[in-house]
Order: sequence, then C-alpha cells, then structure tokens
Amino acid sequence: MTETTAAAELREPPRPREVTGGQAQLGRGGDFFLRSILPLVLALGTGAIILAAIGVDPIQYYKDVYSGGVQFAAWQDSLMRVAPLLLIAVGLIVVFRAGIWNLGIDGQFLLAAAVISGIGSRFEEHLPNTINLLLLFVIAGAVGAAWTIVPALLKARYELNEIITTLMMTFIGINLAQILVKGPFQDPSTTTPQTRAFDFTALLPSIPGTESTSRRWPGVHVGLLVAVAAAFVVWFLMSRTSLGLRLQVLGASMRSARHMGLDVPRLIIVAFLLSGFFVGLAAATEILGVKGYQRADWNPAFGLWVVPLVFLARLHAIGVIPYVVLLSLASIGGDYAAQNAGLTPQFTLLLVGLTLLFMALTEWIARRTAGGSYLPGASYRRHRAEGAG
Amino acid sequence: MFLAATGVFSEQALTALVAGAILAGVPLMFAALGELVSQRAGVLNIGLEGMMLMGAYVGFVAAYHGGSEWLGFGAGLLAGAGVSLLMVLFCVRWGLDQIVTGIAITLTCEGATALIFEAEFAESRPTLGATDKVAIPGLSDLPVAGGKGESNGSIFTQPLVVYLGLALAVLVAWILRRTHMGLNVRAAGDAPGALDAAGVSVFATRSWAVLFAGALAGLGGAFLAIVGAGLFQDTIVGGRGFIAIVLAMLARSRPLWAVVGAMLFGASLSIADWAQVAQINISTDFVFMLPFLLVLFVLVVFGRRAYLPAALALPYERGTR
Repeated sequence: MTETTAAAELREPPRPREVTGGQAQLGRGGDFFLRSILPLVLALGTGAIILAAIGVDPIQYYKDVYSGGVQFAAWQDSLMRVAPLLLIAVGLIVVFRAGIWNLGIDGQFLLAAAVISGIGSRFEEHLPNTINLLLLFVIAGAVGAAWTIVPALLKARYELNEIITTLMMTFIGINLAQILVKGPFQDPSTTTPQTRAFDFTALLPSIPGTESTSRRWPGVHVGLLVAVAAAFVVWFLMSRTSLGLRLQVLGASMRSARHMGLDVPRLIIVAFLLSGFFVGLAAATEILGVKGYQRADWNPAFGLWVVPLVFLARLHAIGVIPYVVLLSLASIGGDYAAQNAGLTPQFTLLLVGLTLLFMALTEWIARRTAGGSYLPGASYRRHRAEGAG
Repeated sequence: MFLAATGVFSEQALTALVAGAILAGVPLMFAALGELVSQRAGVLNIGLEGMMLMGAYVGFVAAYHGGSEWLGFGAGLLAGAGVSLLMVLFCVRWGLDQIVTGIAITLTCEGATALIFEAEFAESRPTLGATDKVAIPGLSDLPVAGGKGESNGSIFTQPLVVYLGLALAVLVAWILRRTHMGLNVRAAGDAPGALDAAGVSVFATRSWAVLFAGALAGLGGAFLAIVGAGLFQDTIVGGRGFIAIVLAMLARSRPLWAVVGAMLFGASLSIADWAQVAQINISTDFVFMLPFLLVLFVLVVFGRRAYLPAALALPYERGTR
C-alpha cells in the first residue's frame, strides 16, 4: 500500500486502518459488543464456573466484589486506584499506537516511585507544599521517561528488539529501586527497608466533595484529575495533532513512515519518552496520593494488569477509562471478596488473564466477520515483515 | 593457599557457591532452551512464566502425592506442554497475537496456581525431602567442583535430571544445526513461506516447537519446586520466565549459549547469597542487576543488532505474502 492511503486512513485514529467494508456486516454496535464487551462477559462467566467448582457461591462473590469496591466509602479506594492504572494505560496507548512494545512498565514505575519517595520527604521541609508536589510529579515523569532512553536509543539506532531491552531494563529498574530504598533513601528511624514517610499533610490534597468522615483518608486525591486530564491530552495528541498522526503512521507501517520522510528514530524516541513519562506520573499519584512512602519489597506489578484493558479499549485513550474504573473496582473489591470467600486475592489475576484470552478469541471471530484488528501486533507484524527497509 | 583456611573462601563455602549457581541456573536453562527453540520456529512465547508456574505447581503436587521426584518432573513437563497447547491453538493455528496471548497465559496461570494451591494446601504447606544426587565416580572427589557428600553437591554431584538437561542442550544444538528437523525449525522462523513451499507443514513444525518450549518450561518450573525449594508458593518463579526469554533472545539461537547464560545468571544469584554469608558488604540487589547490566553494556557497545529470526512473532497464513 502507498503512504498516502496510510495517512488518509489514519486521519480518524480510533478506527483501525484495516477495517473496511466488512465492518458494515456487523455494524458498529455489534463490533463493539463482540470485541469489547463479550470477552468480559465470558471471563466473568468462566470465573463463576471456576468459583462454583471450588465450592464458592459465584453470585455472592461478585456481589462482594461490588460491595467491597463501591460501598462503605470503598469507592474512594477504587477511584484512587484508577489514577495510576489510567496513567499507565495512557502511556501504553502512546507506544502501542506507534507499534512499539514497552514491556518495562514495572521498572519505570518503581524507579520513579523510589526517587520521589526518597527525595520528596526531604524536600518537604524546604519547599511550599504545592511547589513540592508539582516538582515531584515532574521528577517522577522525568525518571520514568529516562528509564526508557536506553531501549529507545537501541531501537532507534540499531533496531534492537525493544521487547528484550525493556524487559531487561525493568529488572534493572526494580533492583535499582530496591538499592535506592535500602541505601540512600532509607528512613534512619527504622530498620525496615523503607523510605521516610511523608508528612500526612504533605500528600496530595483531595478533590472537594469526596471527603469521608469515617475514614483516615480525607478523600480521593487530585491525582485522579491528573490521570483523567492525561487521558484527554493523549486522546487529543493522538487524534488531533501532527505528532499523533506521525506516531500512528509509524505504528501502521514503518516503511510508509520512512517513505513519507518522517524522522523514524526520533519518533521512536518520542513515543518511548512519552510512555515513560506517563508511567512516572502514575508512580507519583500512587506514592503522593496513597502510600506516602515506599517499602523495598513493594511492587504492585500494575504493568501486566493494564495491558489487557488497553487492548479492550482498542487503544483509545478516553475509551479506556471505563475499563480502568472496572479493573480498579475489581482489584479493590476482589481483595475483599476473596477474603470473604476464603480465596487468594490472585483470583482477580485469573479473571484478568481469562479476559485477555477471550479477547484474543473474539478477536479471531471478529476478524472473520468484521475484519481488521486493533492489536499492535498487526503493526508489529508489518513492521517486522518489512524489516529495516 | 592461606585464604583456604578462613571461612568464606574455604572449600566448603566455594562448593556451596558452585552448587548454588547450578541450582539457580538449571531451571533457567530448561526454560531458555525451550524458548529458544520456539523463537527459532518463529513463535515468541511470552507465556513462559505461566508455563513454569504451572509446571512448578503440578510437578510439586505429583512429587508430593506420588512420592517420586521423577513423577513430579514428568507431571511438570506435561503441565507445561498442556498450557502451551493454548499457545499452539491461539498463535499457531489461528494466528492471533503472540504477545497478548502470552501475557494472558502468564496472568491466568498466576491466578490459577495460587487459587488451587490455597484451596488445597492452605493449612498444611507441605515440603518435600532432598532429591537423590548422582556422584560421578572419580570426578566427584575433586575439591570444590566435586561436591561429594555436600548437601547441595557441586558440578559432579547433581540430580540425574541436571545431567539429562545438559545432554538435552547438546542434543538440541546438534539437531538445530545438523539435522533436517532442525532445518525445518529454523526455516519456520526465518522463511515460513519457503518451508511451506518445500512441502513441510509450518503449523506442525511450529506447534511441536511451542509444545517443546512449554514442556521444558514446565520441567524447569518443576525443578524449581522439587529440587530448588522443596515446596510450592505462588511467587516461586518470580520473573524467571521473563529472564529466560531474554536469555533465549541473547543466545542468538545457540542453545549452548543459552546454557552458559543461564549458569552465569545462576552464578550471580548464588554470589549474592555467598556474599551475605561472607558478610561482604555488597548489595544483593546490585548482584542481581549485574548480569543485565553486563548484557546491556555488551549490546550497546558491540551488539548492534541482536539476531532474531525474520518471522519471529509473525503468524503464518498460507497464501499471503
């Protein structure tokens, strides 16, 4: 295909470039149901069968997930969980749309978290709170972005496979974060390997109206607003700006991007830096809004959780929001429900994994009926097949 | 040697160091070896972590109930292969995205093993006894490398499955390089169209490669649980599957390099333990990081392009270019 058609088809980004006349057979609603709702329904159904098989009442379990995630002010926890997950999702959308696999989320996240929890509690005495928090957000983003530089340069310059390099950088990042927490950032007043906790008043302020009198936490922190804003920014960036278009051309076909005269190495680096930046922000919301300090062994491993959502939402930055809310609810409520049912909290992981499997399956069905695929695999495939060019 | 007399450089301590390296390296070796064959055939198996976990769990349960480690290894192998059937179906047969499927497999297995283990062994948390070791006559009397009579053995005193694994690595290297079967596997990764044109089924070749990878990952997981830890817990694999993927990619499709890489990695894990015993003030986190830093340095300075099969992660569809 030629570069002009690639550009033309990409002008409306949420639609995949392969989706052609075939989609009409199914209609937009049917396509949406098949690809974005059905996998969830199937996963929940299979989960229910598994629950019943091990002697747990599935209806009670899902009820518990709901009440543990929403009722009795748990909705605040769920909403606060949305912030880091959404920021990670948004970061993934940028790279995946550019046809690049950033699988090093956890390293970027933990390193950014370690740096700000280490230096933040020292800054807070010297700086006004608002400036301190803003500064820490920027630093976290910068650390997250910095951690993608090596894979970005290696891919841009030598076309070294970014799956290897980001995975390696994530191991290095996790260990480096532990070194930082146990070493220079260690809280001298305790032997537990952890950073000094922030002063309670120095954490992110809460959104007015979300306060709860019955809880220690004042309310949902403003990190949620940052995350939602980031989702809109990325949606705007990817669908309304020239940079977004260029990134998507790169994702659709590296060869087309070259033929169009785009600076491919620079685009690769930009995509990587942006995704690392958002992952860093995610770490900032979790540390400055919820945790207040970091323990050396803390690793929420959000990275793999978010990947399925991003695909379910067809790499749409705003479309991913409901999925993130759902996952946050499931992860907060899932802990409660699992405890009630005497199960391990990892059951939620099983549900996420099943969703992804069913998604792949419905993708296969959808491809036959509607054609096209939103998975970056399609672009990955093309770009590898076309090779260095 | 005057150092030999002081604790940490004593023969015993050094033997423990070598034994630790092997103990940590063997599961990685199995998994990386399987992954390498799968990658060579053009399938990037990101679900390795999940396959290792399933192998660890099923292997542990079989060894615990059956009372034989061989039953455990066999069961782990089958469990890994069973999980990889999903990969065969989704990625080889239907050409779905390999990375998405792989992540799905890893997540599902993490959830499933934790769930079943908690349901079955929540109270008892059983452990297994030590595994029998084979001491090679003569060589096992050597200092440090011999390891006769040591609790974890050394190079020449290991469970039989370790020797079999090393032999398998040599065999795989030979098959890949010198046999028709190996040529088919390589072609499935480099030029699936050409393989198809030659009348060999790309699907079958890739399916066997993926099954082989799953089986070896399962065996590696079973080794972790049965020989390494003697117990199962949901964090037992702890990212080793992903490390094995990186090792396989870095081995540039040479099985013996995968073995060397796995052992090097095992050594760094073992050095961390050893340094702790020796009270050498070096961060264990830093030692864990070291192999990756080294590899990254090599990549930046010399590597330029890591070799990967041309059709890696590309589903093959007949009749398309």
